[in-house]
Amino acid sequence: MALDKETLKQFLDTLERFVEQRLRPLESQVGSEDRIPDDVFEEMKTLGLFGLTIPEQYGGLGLNMSEEVAVARVFGHTSPAFRSAFGTNVGIGSQSLVIDGTQAQKKHYLPRMATGEIIGSFCLTEPDAGSDAASVRMTAKKDADSYVLNGTKRFITNAPKAQLFSVFARTNTAVKGARGVSAFLVDAASDGIELGPAYKKMGQQGTYVCDVFFADVRVPAENLIGGKENVGFKTAMKVLDKGRLHISALSLGIAERLIKDCLNYARERKQFGQPIAEFQLIQAMLADSKTEAYAAECMIADTARRRDEGEDVAVLAASCKLFATEMVGRVADRAVQIFGGAGYVEDYGIERFYRDVRLFRIYEGTSQIQQTVIARDMIKNG
Amino acid sequence: MKVLVAAKRVVDYNVNIRVLSDNTGVDLNNVKMSLNPFDEIAIEEAVRLREAGTAEEVIVVSVGTSACQEQIRTALALGADRGILVETDEDMQPLAIAKVLKAIVDKEQPSLVIAGKQAIDGDNSQTGQMLAALAGLGQATFASQLVMGDGEATVTREVDGGAETITVKLPAILTTDLRLNEPRYASLPNIMKAKKKPIDVYTPEDLGVDVTPRVKTLKVEPPASRKAGIIVESVEELVDKLRNEAKVIS
Repeated sequence: MALDKETLKQFLDTLERFVEQRLRPLESQVGSEDRIPDDVFEEMKTLGLFGLTIPEQYGGLGLNMSEEVAVARVFGHTSPAFRSAFGTNVGIGSQSLVIDGTQAQKKHYLPRMATGEIIGSFCLTEPDAGSDAASVRMTAKKDADSYVLNGTKRFITNAPKAQLFSVFARTNTAVKGARGVSAFLVDAASDGIELGPAYKKMGQQGTYVCDVFFADVRVPAENLIGGKENVGFKTAMKVLDKGRLHISALSLGIAERLIKDCLNYARERKQFGQPIAEFQLIQAMLADSKTEAYAAECMIADTARRRDEGEDVAVLAASCKLFATEMVGRVADRAVQIFGGAGYVEDYGIERFYRDVRLFRIYEGTSQIQQTVIARDMIKNG
Repeated sequence: MKVLVAAKRVVDYNVNIRVLSDNTGVDLNNVKMSLNPFDEIAIEEAVRLREAGTAEEVIVVSVGTSACQEQIRTALALGADRGILVETDEDMQPLAIAKVLKAIVDKEQPSLVIAGKQAIDGDNSQTGQMLAALAGLGQATFASQLVMGDGEATVTREVDGGAETITVKLPAILTTDLRLNEPRYASLPNIMKAKKKPIDVYTPEDLGVDVTPRVKTLKVEPPASRKAGIIVESVEELVDKLRNEAKVIS
């Protein structure tokens, strides 16, 4: 669905205000308490945020890619932990189902994911399968009407809060690579599932990541995504294309926030009798940040539009993620530099963003994996 | 019962207002416009009355250019049932707006009219009171609490020195203070539903109201910019300056 301009604007204005008035004042609290307050969670549900990308017929808002990146960008104007609360339902936690699920599977889960009643998590990474996602070792053995899952999934975002896991496991152990992997919908309350303790992280406090252990977990055969074995890796890759654009837009949003903070600070902070914004070496940093953010904005808008028009954007999305996440890293680094001592201490929140954005270059495909995706395509297709 | 809510399109509170160089007014070019925050509180209160089953219908009315439709849509997304736009390009002053609202009150016969205590653009705080006078209805201004009774409303008002509680017979005019409630955020599903809600459009002439401005603006000036302060060296110097320069102590 494409919203008309006026409706989209009204929605984005509302979200911008929610971010500005409701979330921004909580940034330092969420950072230190490592927890998003329950009432904020509820308000996010009411706003419809959990169902942004779930089709309308299943109770969601069915935003297209251009609209989704516009929302992600707005949520970049505050701590990324807030976006993460509903982020897996919008992205990797629901999209396997949205993209490749059967009618019955969609009907069963999506309406409750759209309201936020069910939180979804994406279980692909393993201790020995990270960037090399096709090498998953977790097994799923067919046994009568069900599959029996065994293995470990690592660094699973939102797992401590999840009710539903999209799990990638090997149904054909004779095949080593991608072609032996299938995708399953697994109820988080199933017997045999155990969660590891939440990891202590460098940044993004308020988001939760832990390991998930599967020991003889029985999953009904009808929970095989799409009802087809050995095509799970394709599903995972389709999900990640979309996620990469979303993360790019989030990175852009954070860059905009930091640029604004930098500009405000540089105009107020006086040294040698004048605002530091008057110094050309500071101006260079501001201008570089602004320009790079604009470049990312153009790339993301173009790729999102082309995806909405039906083009395969796998390589473009990889380019966006590579550029936008590296860009926000540089912008955050300059922000610390412009703020100086104030950027290094906790009080101004700049060091928090600096730590938060570091993740973007790693998850949903590292920068190096994006480079590989891009280069391999260049070599293959000239 | 029906509740009528007034909604004004104003410059967003986050915008830094700039005065036009010819001092005829403030610069409205490419400036973000929003619903007056006090009116948003009025809409929230009306919608809560409907949700509680006290009111059956919430009608939102705005007076101004066709762009005011945007603010009516915002109100509809927050939960109002239908909108009325009284469209005019005239510079609308409080008395003219009150007259238009009086005509709408005659037409719709609401049991309660809720308006913001003032709009953040002109800060006049006149429209609600003028409407009460013109319509011959009771008024409860600067409300921080509203309790609906049988044919009357009990209202706590924020007045100098404390809170005053009064009752007014319905129909009545209520104007909202900041603490009456905390308005909700419109969800996207509700924003989309709002698109389908009806907005009736009238002109002041349709309503037989003369909206010619009565007050002429002579000059608009920005507030004087603050002069730089000085740092005193000692308490003695401070006392001396307070006594002899500022003359605030003797």
